[in-house]
Amino acid sequence: MSVTYLEAIREAQAKALRDDPRVFIYGQDVGAFGGAFKATRNLAKEFPGRVMDAPISEDAMVGAAIGAAIEGMRPIIEMQYADFSTVGFNQIVNNAGAFFWRTGVPCPITIRLPAGGTSGSGPYHSQSLEAIYAHYPGLVVMTPATVEDAYSMLLEAVTIDDPVIFCEHKLLYNHLKAEKLPTEAMPTGKARVARAGRDMTLVTYSAMVQEALVVAEELSGEGSEIEVVDLRSVKPLDTDTVMASVARTGRLLVVGEAWPWGGVTAEVVARVASEGFGLLDAPPQRLNAKDTPIPYHPNLWAAHRPTPQSIGQAARNLLRL
Amino acid sequence: MVQAVVDREAADEASRSRDAFAKAYRGMLLARILDDKFASLYRAGKISGGAFLGRGQEALSVSVGLNLRKGDYFAPLIRDAAGRLAFGETIMDAVRTYLGSALGPMRGRDGNVHRGNPKKGYLPMVSHLGAMISVVNGALMAHRFKGITGTVGAASIGDGGTSTGAFHESLNQAAVEKLPLVLVVSDNQYAYSTPTDRQFACANLLDKAVGYGVAGHAVDGNDLAACLRVVGGAVQKARAGEGPQLIIARLLRLCGHGEHDDANYVDAKMKTAPFGRDCLKLAEESLLRQGWADQAALDEWREQSTQQVEVAVATVRREAAPDPYQEKWRALSSENLLEGQNEA
Repeated sequence: MSVTYLEAIREAQAKALRDDPRVFIYGQDVGAFGGAFKATRNLAKEFPGRVMDAPISEDAMVGAAIGAAIEGMRPIIEMQYADFSTVGFNQIVNNAGAFFWRTGVPCPITIRLPAGGTSGSGPYHSQSLEAIYAHYPGLVVMTPATVEDAYSMLLEAVTIDDPVIFCEHKLLYNHLKAEKLPTEAMPTGKARVARAGRDMTLVTYSAMVQEALVVAEELSGEGSEIEVVDLRSVKPLDTDTVMASVARTGRLLVVGEAWPWGGVTAEVVARVASEGFGLLDAPPQRLNAKDTPIPYHPNLWAAHRPTPQSIGQAARNLLRL
Repeated sequence: MVQAVVDREAADEASRSRDAFAKAYRGMLLARILDDKFASLYRAGKISGGAFLGRGQEALSVSVGLNLRKGDYFAPLIRDAAGRLAFGETIMDAVRTYLGSALGPMRGRDGNVHRGNPKKGYLPMVSHLGAMISVVNGALMAHRFKGITGTVGAASIGDGGTSTGAFHESLNQAAVEKLPLVLVVSDNQYAYSTPTDRQFACANLLDKAVGYGVAGHAVDGNDLAACLRVVGGAVQKARAGEGPQLIIARLLRLCGHGEHDDANYVDAKMKTAPFGRDCLKLAEESLLRQGWADQAALDEWREQSTQQVEVAVATVRREAAPDPYQEKWRALSSENLLEGQNEA
């Protein structure tokens, strides 16, 4: 018996619907069809009237979630792809994100973003948008990398009194498996040391955690021990855990699947450079996707994003500095 | 006997109409006086940012506010001083927001027309037009989940706002969900400086109702009695479960976009056209003509409203401004999820 990352997301939603009558799900094709990725499979049947198909109207989907939240509900919005959330961008950042600050009234909504690249998906079904949402005040941005976190963080998202952007990585949906669903969870805002090591800190999140672990295993065979830190949520960003790791290793590589300009990797490097400069034995490094739209062809796609090969290369270079 | 009953009912009806009209007129008058005060405070440099008036739109706006009740939702826009007050906003809340008082509902964090009280169904607008309509939809969907019936939600928009994607998405959403949404369009001829022929190409905005599958109502936005009747009827239909109602009111904005704008682009012919007349003046003439009020009563009402506004402004001007050192600077309600960076 095992459970996938996608099943964990489905089970978390089932539990949220079961435990809290205020929860409902609204998104394209989420009803009888069960969602484009089947993250809401059978939920419409199990919870009649509470899992609703939405028109192709991302702006109005998020706007309605805000209104329902003010009225005491706990909406979960499924964007069919993270890429399409840009159509609802205004509602997310200017209305939901600003609501508590302006009015003192909380706006508890969860927006699920099936994010990240998969082979053959091309420019508009592959994006990682955590950085632009983290840039705006008033939003919590989660980026789970494990089956356990996909489950427990989504459950926590629904209980948080603020808008949560839940970035779930599509590449992990069916590939990542765990023995069972967790019964305990780390709190959001706390990063996790996914693998301990003394020679270098590799900070990453979402699907890149799995790639980083592959690299760490490989370099271990070459005699270098890499400490992999999984941020879990990029906002709040757990600077303390990162800094403590860098204090142990003296070297920092930050890896993200998103585009290079600004963003999460730049933020981590900036924080360590300004607050922990004395801890560093070498210039902090970062690795991102290339600064182009995400390509369609598998050959191009594999070269566009960080891979175990390119991460391994960057890690070896840093270890030599 | 039967005739006597009919006569008494007719007399009651007439008295109800008179009272409703007079009440609405007084709401319009208060809003006009409040707006004029904001304009003079703006010119005197006492208001940071802009001042945005509802001059010429009070008849429509007050009709919306008066037809809503406790439990309903209202998402007004910038020219809705009359509707806001009629829905229950206090003069103090309006003045405190314009002057940025720490005691106001927005505590200096947002200003002028960006104010509301969400817990009372009064939604604070964002600047992005059309965005608040789907928020009303969501509140109405929540009512349905909670088994609350008989409530409605009203949202305001202008002729310019009908061009936005948000307008389309939200009206379509309300239609699909058959929500009790009353969407009130002030077709006031200009979106800032852009005339309607650069905004849309349909002969009449009312045509849009057919396209969305919702009920449509046209009204002369200068005619208070017509606005009360048409808006009241639409609200009643929505309340009765007949789905979204789209109201198109033709009128002319009798001011600039804001008080910084002299509106020299307004076509002179419009200013002399019937729809370019001042709804407040027309309502006043109607009161006098029908013998529902005399000049002395009108003068007294004006004096009372002026007094209320002056007292509010004088009070708020003595209130403390927000203090950046007391401000918590937190955008999340969950304190455990705040980041502590940049505190140096």
